[in-house]
Amino acid sequence: MAEAETLDDFDETDEDVKRFMFVNRKAPYGTIYALEVLEMVLITGAFDQDVSVAFLDDGVFQIKKGQDTKAVNMKNFSPTYRALEGYDIEKLYVERESMEARGLAPEDFVVPVKVVSAAELADLMAEQDVIISG
Amino acid sequence: MKLGVLVNEGPFTHQASDSAYHFVKAALDKGHEVSRVFFYYDGVNNGNKLSAPQSDDRNLVKLWGKMAEEHDLDLVVCVAAALRRGVSDENLAPGFRISGLGQLIEAAMESERLVVFGD
Repeated sequence: MAEAETLDDFDETDEDVKRFMFVNRKAPYGTIYALEVLEMVLITGAFDQDVSVAFLDDGVFQIKKGQDTKAVNMKNFSPTYRALEGYDIEKLYVERESMEARGLAPEDFVVPVKVVSAAELADLMAEQDVIISG
Repeated sequence: MKLGVLVNEGPFTHQASDSAYHFVKAALDKGHEVSRVFFYYDGVNNGNKLSAPQSDDRNLVKLWGKMAEEHDLDLVVCVAAALRRGVSDENLAPGFRISGLGQLIEAAMESERLVVFGD
């Protein structure tokens, strides 16, 4: 077993696996960025990369519960964030300052998130190989 | 250095495509390798050969095509983003090819840096 664990650890640092962070800064509707970032996130997960997704500024609204998009005639794609777990994408971060400025709390989101300060998020960004924002 | 490039905005509303073009040109001139330029969001409009800017304006669609020819540069337009915006094999500009988002992830994995142009 010890050998198997060692091999697993080795795989984690495999040079084919990079750390990708997707930075969501925009509201879910009004522009297409949120939807097309989500498409990139899903593909990156399918490539078995180490994926983090951060939500800041109005991006925190992307994962707010209870979205009703009928009046703007757009597809409500917020349920798709719940599918990320199926791709082993579980590193979801919400910037505390953005969340609090918008009167939101962790229980308002459709997925479990880790709430981090702007400074902590900066540290996480510094650890990434690839950062793509939208 | 081996570079991948991602272009996220169209060639007319936003400067990102021009900046990306000049960056790639400078990188190639300095002897760096650009493994792929991937076009996403409105960036796919860089590959629309029906674009007809006024004659005294730069024509990025043609400039990219010329650069691709001269440097054997791989210009890839995201299929999902392209079809949504009316860019298909029928009007794809010379020098570009249409493929999936996997090509972006691959470029990011293979390159030392992925340089992103857009907001």
